[in-house]
Amino acid sequence: MIRVVLPYHLRTLARVEGEVRLELDGPESLGAVIDALERRYPPLRGTLRDNTTGRCRPFLRFFACQEDLSHQPLDALLPEAVRCGAEPVLIVGAVAGG
Amino acid sequence: MSRVRVLVGTRKGAFILTADGSRRNWDVDGPHFGGWEIYHLKGSPAEPNRIYASQSSAWFGQLIQRSDDGGLSWRAVGNEFAYEDEAATHQGYDGTPHPFEFKRVWHLEPTPTDPDTIYAGVEDAALFRSTDGGLTWQELAGLRRQGSGERWQPGAGGLCLHTVLLDRDRITVAISAAGAFRSDDGGRNWRPINRGLRSDFLPAPEAEIGHCVHRIAAHPARPQTLYMQKHWDVMRSDDAGESWYEVSGNLPSDFGFAIEVHAHEPETVYVIPIQSDSEHYPPGGALRVWRSRTGGHEWEPLTSGLPQRNCYVNVLRAAMAVDSLEPCGVYLGTTGGQLYASTDSGDHWEAIMRDLPPVLSVEVQTLS
Repeated sequence: MIRVVLPYHLRTLARVEGEVRLELDGPESLGAVIDALERRYPPLRGTLRDNTTGRCRPFLRFFACQEDLSHQPLDALLPEAVRCGAEPVLIVGAVAGG
Repeated sequence: MSRVRVLVGTRKGAFILTADGSRRNWDVDGPHFGGWEIYHLKGSPAEPNRIYASQSSAWFGQLIQRSDDGGLSWRAVGNEFAYEDEAATHQGYDGTPHPFEFKRVWHLEPTPTDPDTIYAGVEDAALFRSTDGGLTWQELAGLRRQGSGERWQPGAGGLCLHTVLLDRDRITVAISAAGAFRSDDGGRNWRPINRGLRSDFLPAPEAEIGHCVHRIAAHPARPQTLYMQKHWDVMRSDDAGESWYEVSGNLPSDFGFAIEVHAHEPETVYVIPIQSDSEHYPPGGALRVWRSRTGGHEWEPLTSGLPQRNCYVNVLRAAMAVDSLEPCGVYLGTTGGQLYASTDSGDHWEAIMRDLPPVLSVEVQTLS
C-alpha cells in the first residue's frame, strides 16, 4: 500500500480528503503511482503529466523520505519506507503565482 | 418569464449570475473551480443547461468541465488534445521553428443544434471538435495544414485560437497573431481571409498572414457581415471575410480587444477602445463603451454608470456579451473584477459585481 499526499487543487478535483492510499499491481514506482491515481480518479488524468507527451508537469515535484524524486526515472523503485507504507509520497506544487 | 444567466470566467474561478427578465436583482453562484483560471464557459444553444467550461492552471494543465444542470454540478470530461501532426512547427517569438505544443483552451463553441458537438479553440493555435459531449477531441488539422501554419507567430498572449464562429458548414476562426481563417466545408479545408487588413508591425503590412486579430463578432441573422477588433483598427466585412474595410471612424483609439453586436440590430456594434498596445487601459482613465448604430464609421460614447475618472482596467477579448431580451442587455467584465451590465442597449450601466478576480470571459444565456 502506497500513501500519497495530493496538493489542494488535486484533492478537490479528485474529491478526496487527506491522504490517498493506493494498491499497486506491479513494481512500486512513481510511474505506477501516477498510473494508479489516474485510474482511480479520472479527473486527475493530464494534471500530473501531460496527456500527450507523458512529461510530468514542470511546476510539480514528487518528494518522499526527505528526497526529491522528481528527476528519477518514472520506473525507478520508490524508497523502501514508501513501499511499506511508513512514509507518503508528497506531490507538491511550486510555490509561485498570484 | 425569461431569465438571464451570465457565465463569468476569471483568473481564479467561474461565477454564474442569474436574474429574471427585469435584470435588476442578481443571484451569484461561485466560485466554481476556485483558484483555477477559467478562460471560457459557454452554454449549448440547443440545451441551455449543458454548459462547458475551460479550466486550466500553470501547475496542473487543462481540464474541460461539463454541467448538465445549468452549472449546479460539474464533471470533468476529456482533456486530451493531441495534434494530428506532431512534426509540424510554427514560428516562435524569435522567428525560429517551434513544434506546436498544446497549452490551453481559449474558447469553447457548442454548435447551435447538438449539445454534444462542440469546438475548442486552443493554444498553440488549432481547432478541435468533440461529438460526444467533450469526452474525446479530434483536431480539424486542415486548418494548420492549409499552407501557412509554419509561418504563424504568437502574439504576446500566446499563439491562441480565440474566436470560433459557426454558420452551418462555414466555420470562421481567428488566431493571434496569424489572422482570420475560414472553412466552408465543416472544417476540412481552410484558407486565410485577411484581405484588406493592414498591420504596420509586419514587414509587409498587407501580408496574407500575421495579423493580430483580437476578436470577430457577427449577428446570427446576418452571418456574412463580420466585425473585427484588430490589434489596431476596427474592421468590417460584408462578404464573410473575403475582404475587409476599416470602420474605426471617430473612435478615440482603434486599439482594443472586445467587440460585440446588438442582439436585435445587426448594424449596432459595441467596442471598448483601449489607449494603445503599450498601455492597456482606457483613454483618459475613463471606461467608455462606444456604440455604432450604423455598422461602424460613426460611434458614440456610452458613459452613464461607467467610471469616468481614474479607471485603468482593461476589458479582454472574450469579456463582452449580449442577451437577447428586449431591450438588449450588454455585459462586460474588467481586469479589475467589475462586471457591468446595461439593460437598455448600452445607454445606462450598472456594476452588478465589483470585486471579482480579473475577468477573462463573459457569456450570457437568455432562458425562456
